[in-house]
Amino acid sequence: MKPFALLIAATAALLLTATARAELTLVHSERSLYREVLVYEQGSERCMCFTRQCRIGRQSCIDLRRPDQFALNYTRMMLAGTLFASPDPKRILIMGLGGGSIPTALKTLLPNAQVDVVEIDPAVTRVARKFFNFVETPKLNVTELDGRVFVKRALRTGQKYDVVLLDAFDHEYIPEHLLTKEFLTEVKGILGPRGVIVANTFSLSKLYDHESTTYAAVFGPFYNLTRENRVIVTRMDGLPPMAELRERAVKFAPGLQRFGANAGQLVELFDPSVTWDTSARVLTDQYSPANLLNR
Amino acid sequence: MMRLLIHGIALWSGFFVMGIELLGGRLLSPNFGSSIYVWGAIITVFMLALSLGYLAGGRWSKDSPSLSRLALLLGLAALTSLPVLPLSGEPLEHLAIAIPDPRFGALTAATLLFFVPTFISGMVSPYCVRLIVDGETTAGHRAGQLYFVSTFGSAAGTLLTSFYLVLWFEVNAILLSLAAISIALSLVGLAAGRKRP
Repeated sequence: MKPFALLIAATAALLLTATARAELTLVHSERSLYREVLVYEQGSERCMCFTRQCRIGRQSCIDLRRPDQFALNYTRMMLAGTLFASPDPKRILIMGLGGGSIPTALKTLLPNAQVDVVEIDPAVTRVARKFFNFVETPKLNVTELDGRVFVKRALRTGQKYDVVLLDAFDHEYIPEHLLTKEFLTEVKGILGPRGVIVANTFSLSKLYDHESTTYAAVFGPFYNLTRENRVIVTRMDGLPPMAELRERAVKFAPGLQRFGANAGQLVELFDPSVTWDTSARVLTDQYSPANLLNR
Repeated sequence: MMRLLIHGIALWSGFFVMGIELLGGRLLSPNFGSSIYVWGAIITVFMLALSLGYLAGGRWSKDSPSLSRLALLLGLAALTSLPVLPLSGEPLEHLAIAIPDPRFGALTAATLLFFVPTFISGMVSPYCVRLIVDGETTAGHRAGQLYFVSTFGSAAGTLLTSFYLVLWFEVNAILLSLAAISIALSLVGLAAGRKRP
């Protein structure tokens, strides 16, 4: 009796793993200086991951049947932050490329804007080109550099941006020098008078409080857009009023529709309330244990 | 008693070096980023400084070795680590402008900040070996014990700094504390050395 039961259990386990494998297929993998860049497909969805089986989160996803549709919520929120809060974005800086869905969408929605992307890992750029339809143009270029070094140089040469999007973190590791008061102050220095900051951050863990007080210390009050991730949005001349955001949401609604994003729903996510422990210690170059706090 | 103190100095020196090496990444990242080149530059400088320090320490141990001189090395390493604090601010910013290549910029910065204290720390281990070796037959045994405490200290310094100290204290506070402990231990060594030359 016992061996027979074992046999059944083993067969069942084998079948289960077989079906699981059939669902998530590895399409491409490449080792870079920093990590393994992996491309997985599951049904019609293709994702870029930095861990096997996408165990610790997905960096970027596209729907192969409708490749211009956004597959991840946070990318829609990043786009909403940019389009609704910035009056007239002409120069945009994006830190962290991933699959390139955000810059690609911005290129279409804001054809006159110059979009600069800074990405530390050349393998990510290669994979984005090959598997995620990312195409560079004269108006959309990628610089291969550490984000902080890029911002310091931009600061020295007096560059100004209308929008800066920070998207350089992933779930397993945070570059700690990109989450300090000093870094955010440098970012503030390259924003124009009505410049907008849009930052993809963490919605869980103890880091939420520290990250919030750090952004508040540099930028003052900000909007939170929260789903699985939390996106921080604010403007240099103060929080844009809700009426203004709604106005632009209406304007960009048809454009956003193309990318599978609902402007009316997105604008309702803008929440100015303080939802964190305001006594949490501000992160600085001297004190930045972001990865230890992200537990 | 004296042997215990010598082992204590070797252990602490190992701790001190790795504590500073880990914080080195923090000090360089605002200007040079945290790319693999920056860590490569830091590790290169520490390894090179240690290797040359071993040579120099072994050599110096031939010339009337004493506990007092060993203690002096420990204190000197701590004192030469102090300029790291003012240097890691504006001077590194200028250096990053002068040498825009992230590899050689970071290499120059790491050399400027860490070469001298690490070189002197490297002198400590062979000097300790000279002080505890008491015969041809036990030389390997004694050297092995010394490598053990010194490298164990390095492991402890790495773990404590990266897992806990950075969570509790500011980088400069940790650097100052490391130097303060070195100086205190150096003074103990000097006092003990005077009593028993």
